[in-house]
Amino acid sequence: MGRLMLASALEEIVVRHAAREGPLLPILHDVQREQGYIGEADVRRIAQALNLSRAEVSGVVSFYHDFRRAPEPLPVLKLCRAEACQARGGEALARRAEERSSGRVKVEPVYCLGLCSVGPSAMVGDTVHARLDPDALDALIETIA
Amino acid sequence: MRLFISDDAAAVACGADRVAARAEALGLKVIRTSSWGLHWLEPLVEIESADGRTGYGPVDPSDLEALLRGELEHKRVGAIAEHPFMVRQDRLTFARAGRTRSLSLDDYAATGGWAGLERARAIGPAAILEDVTASGLRGRGGAGFPCGIKWTTVRQATGARKYIVCNADEGDSGTFADRMLMEGDPFCLIEGMAIAGLAVGAGRGYVYIRSEYPHAIAKMEAAARLAAPLIAPFEIEVRVGAGAYVCGEETSLLNSLEGRRGEVRAKPPLPAVEGLFGCPTAVNNVLTLAAVPWILAHGGEAYAGFGRGCSRGTMPIQLAGNVKHAGLFEAAFGLTLGELVYDIGGGTASGRPVKAVQVGGPLGAYFPPTLFDIPFDYEAFAARDGLIGHAGIVVFDDTADMAQQARFAFKFCAAESCGKCTPCRLGAVRGRETIERVIAGEDRAANLALVEELCETMKFGSLCALGGFTPYPVMSAITHFPQDFER
Ligand SMILES: Cc1cc2nc3c(=O)[nH]c(=O)nc-3n(C[C@H](O)[C@H](O)[C@H](O)COP(=O)(O)O)c2cc1C
Ligand code: SF4
Ligand code: FES
Repeated sequence: MGRLMLASALEEIVVRHAAREGPLLPILHDVQREQGYIGEADVRRIAQALNLSRAEVSGVVSFYHDFRRAPEPLPVLKLCRAEACQARGGEALARRAEERSSGRVKVEPVYCLGLCSVGPSAMVGDTVHARLDPDALDALIETIA
Repeated sequence: MRLFISDDAAAVACGADRVAARAEALGLKVIRTSSWGLHWLEPLVEIESADGRTGYGPVDPSDLEALLRGELEHKRVGAIAEHPFMVRQDRLTFARAGRTRSLSLDDYAATGGWAGLERARAIGPAAILEDVTASGLRGRGGAGFPCGIKWTTVRQATGARKYIVCNADEGDSGTFADRMLMEGDPFCLIEGMAIAGLAVGAGRGYVYIRSEYPHAIAKMEAAARLAAPLIAPFEIEVRVGAGAYVCGEETSLLNSLEGRRGEVRAKPPLPAVEGLFGCPTAVNNVLTLAAVPWILAHGGEAYAGFGRGCSRGTMPIQLAGNVKHAGLFEAAFGLTLGELVYDIGGGTASGRPVKAVQVGGPLGAYFPPTLFDIPFDYEAFAARDGLIGHAGIVVFDDTADMAQQARFAFKFCAAESCGKCTPCRLGAVRGRETIERVIAGEDRAANLALVEELCETMKFGSLCALGGFTPYPVMSAITHFPQDFER
């Protein structure tokens, strides 16, 4: 992640979605997948291509938790902090995750992964993890760090 | 010998892929199916023999050799369809769960798939609307609005074109039925949307899925491609959210689909009249739409034969959190909370006493065991200052601190507020600070009174239920668990 995207790659993404109704979110998702974040230059070029103002595109990027405005150098562990995982010891696990990962893994809160019957749960990329206990959490952090 | 192992995300998160890979390495034929919903047994492995499928769980890859030697008796569950957890259910929407391969059109057709759509095509829009109205089906996304009335409004509205929008944002903690349905039986949702399209006169449908559900997104996209010729001229497209809880609110969702910030729109106009791109739009939850094929295939009266009072049909209830038998339990409305938590759920997973359950997601009330006689139905919950919402039940044991849960409710609201109205945007932040003062022991009585006042303001001054219902978890925690605010 964090590769810089060529203008032509962005062009290609925009073209791929331009004919769809409401193409902005699909475009932003693809840009983020491609380079890991959506930068100022991308916002400008997307705005131009869709005939929107920069403020409009920027406002959309900032509204949604998923979109990053700068590259994230660390691997990201999304740990569920919502109620069903809280009920299964998720908060103690979150404190442990912070301690164990310091500087090597970015631990981000996520509010429910739909794995509430087998929590505490986490996600790394598109990979899901459940029934985390301290040992499983430590192992997971070591795998991705 | 054939083994059946689910590829549902809950099973996969518990290691089902590793079990399947190990089984294949041992030369076994593995068939990946949907999940039955007995999640405490995942990864569940079923072995096929002359007298049917026998389940074992939870299975670790290292268990497989013992299983083949017949030495895994301590993990033997028997025939899943005859398990006590299954026998007590009325599986209408989840009739195929555990039994079929989710992307097999053959499996779908062989288990009654497309019968609803066929009948819908034969009887036409007016009769479809009659059937859905007669079924008593209410919106499963939370608000419980009658589906037949909504569809009739869209039918009668005029617009350049009309849309069906499936709300698959499923943001409530403790809920996963939408996810299971999309991953396990995606054609059922597609069939429901196609029937909705016929009923209201819409040519196009969107499924808006939250980004936290990569498995569901992949399955729905594949299923939409496979089913395209069968539902034509109706078309379905999958769209992905971007991590905003409020985008589950229908007007915020429409803004998001249009490529805008997910701010809530004032109503009226109703989406049924002026929805996506200003066109008449039926926005429905996954479970609402997925109930429709059964209703069309069996008739509205048959569906209405389940349930009680104004809550007709079945509800896929999700047992979550600290509960022994966690999973999916589809039943007619009317079971009491106590039956669900103790008899079916088996009490807590930790073995400690139950302290509270939260029903209906982060905007739902916390109930103590003294109120477990409440029957599961829309009106009964409303009468006790609660809501069934999307029917998630989150169980907490006696180590839970309800003052912390009240604090979390405000914190969540503050983090997810779309910012459009002041009572929600500022009230949630102030509410959190005030609860923190209560927890710190500062001026308790005065600060609790202030919390109550803030809740009143949020309840009556918020545009949508995020700000408007956050008072439910907060006030129920204060009312039912006062001792936790006095430590
Ligand atoms: C903050 C908020 C979040 C919501 N989240 C969802 C959701 O994730 N899924 C859903 O179906 N409905 C959700 N709703 C309810 C929708 O606004 C709407 O009532 C529903 O999609 C209508 O479909 P139904 O009639 O089939 O339930 C939410 C409402 C609010 C206020
Ligand atoms: S109550 Fe909150 S989330 Fe709902 S419209 Fe108002 S500010 Fe937005
Ligand atoms: S609450 Fe953690 S996965 Fe749902």
